Amino acid sequence: MTTPADATPPSTRDQIEHAIRDGNWALAKAALLRLWESNPAPGAAPFVVSRFEKLRGHVPLTPCRVAVLRSFTVEPIVPVARALAFTGGIDLEFRIGDFNTYAQEILDPTSWLYSYQPQVIILAAQTRDTSPELWANFADLSASEVNAQVAAASDSFVQLLTTLRSRTDAHIIVHGLQTPPALAVGILDRLGDANQAAAIAQINAAIRQLARELKNVYVLDYDALIARHGANHWEDTRKWLTVRLPIAADRLIYLAREWLRFLHPITGRVCKCLVTDLDNTLWGGVIGEDGLDGIKLGPDTSGYAFANLQRAILDLHRRGVILGIASKNNPAEASEAIEKHANMLLRPQHFAATRINWNDKAQSLREIAAELNIGLDSLALIDDNPVEREWVREQLPEVSVIELPADPMAYAAALRDSPLFERLALTDEDRSRGKMYAEQRARAQLQSSVTSLEDFYRSLQMEVTITTVQPDAIARVAQLTQKTNQFNLTTRRYSEQQITEIAADPACRVYAVRVKDRLGDNGVVGVVITRDHDGRCEIDNLLLSCRVIGRTIETAILAHVAGEARSRGNSLLAGWYLASQKNAPAKDFYSAHDFAIAAERPDGSYWERNLINSAPICPPWITLTTDSVEARP
Amino acid sequence: MTQAQERQVRQVIADVLNMPVEKVTPELSPQEADGWDSVQHLNLVLAIEEAMAIQLAPEEIEGMQSVGDILKIVQQKAK
Repeated sequence: MTTPADATPPSTRDQIEHAIRDGNWALAKAALLRLWESNPAPGAAPFVVSRFEKLRGHVPLTPCRVAVLRSFTVEPIVPVARALAFTGGIDLEFRIGDFNTYAQEILDPTSWLYSYQPQVIILAAQTRDTSPELWANFADLSASEVNAQVAAASDSFVQLLTTLRSRTDAHIIVHGLQTPPALAVGILDRLGDANQAAAIAQINAAIRQLARELKNVYVLDYDALIARHGANHWEDTRKWLTVRLPIAADRLIYLAREWLRFLHPITGRVCKCLVTDLDNTLWGGVIGEDGLDGIKLGPDTSGYAFANLQRAILDLHRRGVILGIASKNNPAEASEAIEKHANMLLRPQHFAATRINWNDKAQSLREIAAELNIGLDSLALIDDNPVEREWVREQLPEVSVIELPADPMAYAAALRDSPLFERLALTDEDRSRGKMYAEQRARAQLQSSVTSLEDFYRSLQMEVTITTVQPDAIARVAQLTQKTNQFNLTTRRYSEQQITEIAADPACRVYAVRVKDRLGDNGVVGVVITRDHDGRCEIDNLLLSCRVIGRTIETAILAHVAGEARSRGNSLLAGWYLASQKNAPAKDFYSAHDFAIAAERPDGSYWERNLINSAPICPPWITLTTDSVEARP
Repeated sequence: MTQAQERQVRQVIADVLNMPVEKVTPELSPQEADGWDSVQHLNLVLAIEEAMAIQLAPEEIEGMQSVGDILKIVQQKAK
């Protein structure tokens, strides 16, 4: 069959060029994602990169400067990593160190590495370069020589990483060392005295220990990466010998993907909420046609893929990812399946927001974001239907749409491989967040059933605990300053290091606020930082997680902070409200608590309140617990 | 090598060198193409290896001194 030329549908490339020419940026981005996902390969990367560069300023892209210190050729990975990053909303800039000079570059305080001021440093050294004897001549070494080699390599990592940590705030990703694919004594390794694999493992354990001790240092498990993608296919010895590239052409993308697993959480390009479709995603078949007994879900061959995806989603929920449903279905039938199907792993209590209706999916996603009080850029969608995926990409370019392969058996792996849910640290709050959002939904239902607002507050039986921050809460407090956008008076962001320093300053107080109510423990959801000077206690920041906004908790906090400020001899309580794009909920905080404006500037206002005659009081419906050592008046 | 495969190779070359595919003629060589330096040559080799699921030997990589050379070498390798 021949097709006349003018009837040929435009290729994806043509669509991209036309959309860029017409300034239709959302469409251009959607088409670029389609092109890349149909062929995520080194050959396509330069095209994808060059076209995304034209979208700068038109679609949201988070810039990130990366320095790579290396002992092998990494240049061909750069375009692949940049293309991958662009498709995830990150605009990577790379600078690559000289070949095998990473030690000098780290140790020389005047090296380019420090003047470049990277946000991320990747230290990519190979076993064959850091420990050539252990790699290639292991059989010649005595046990004590092996120990000496292990100690030398470990010490070298200690020296390099502690030097790096003391000279830069950059996040540091360290490649773990690779175990030689063929061990020197063959199957006897680990049986007799010779223990080549264990020697490498000891160095890796030392690197891991460093990552635990030093802030913002992470280990990329290179052995596990190679194992996952086939150790026998990973290496290209000829390329290593000729151009010092040890990785085969078709494996480059896997190292780039592994870098992105770190770069997404570092740049904040992660999603708080996963919204899932139902038919042919959470189960096989269509509930409206096949019925409760007809859908496929469970341990047998036809249902396994879907049960496995549910397991992956449940794992994310346990890590703190909030779950939602957006499905075109009859709500009664779909809800019955979720509640009653024997093999469902996900049940109604796992979902914080549900839209089962016949509306446009983009509309459902907008509603879910509004209901959960989070931005569209915090949503990820998993949906088996490519048409729905494309529609959402074009309508809501902020939403991350997870690309799924055609075979449902591979859905779970596609979700688990997504970097959108990686976190740099996992706090107790993260682990129970999914549950807390579901409790929040129960609270909202409660609110609609009580008549007066005060009755509602009373019915919650709120217990607020305010304590000066203890070491175990510093990570969570720093995380709250970094992630809270809405009830946040100044949006000043602090690292764990900075919080530690402020807390140690005798003029300052850093308070962590826990909130419990009859529906559950919300954990640490608020932070206050104050600084005394000249008889004045200044609120550097006061913030509350959006989970507990609108419950007068801020008044309880203020009452405590004011009481302590007064007993330290301050006569004034003061602070800035600095407007951001998202913190309107905190705008009236000072005026509602009898503060008066003392100064104004374009982005905010400075408020003061006298403490001599009166102080804010805690609402009667809140039980306040404190660790106050400063005598209350 | 099929016509489709040849088109694919030319497209990969065009993308890596960031030029329109029409300009990827058999005569095109590192001397006349902007930016066809040693790093791009390696990128080109890797992109072609990945796209055609082949591995090129060091001598073959050395011998790829024009688009025509590349097409000839890939033709011998690709099934």
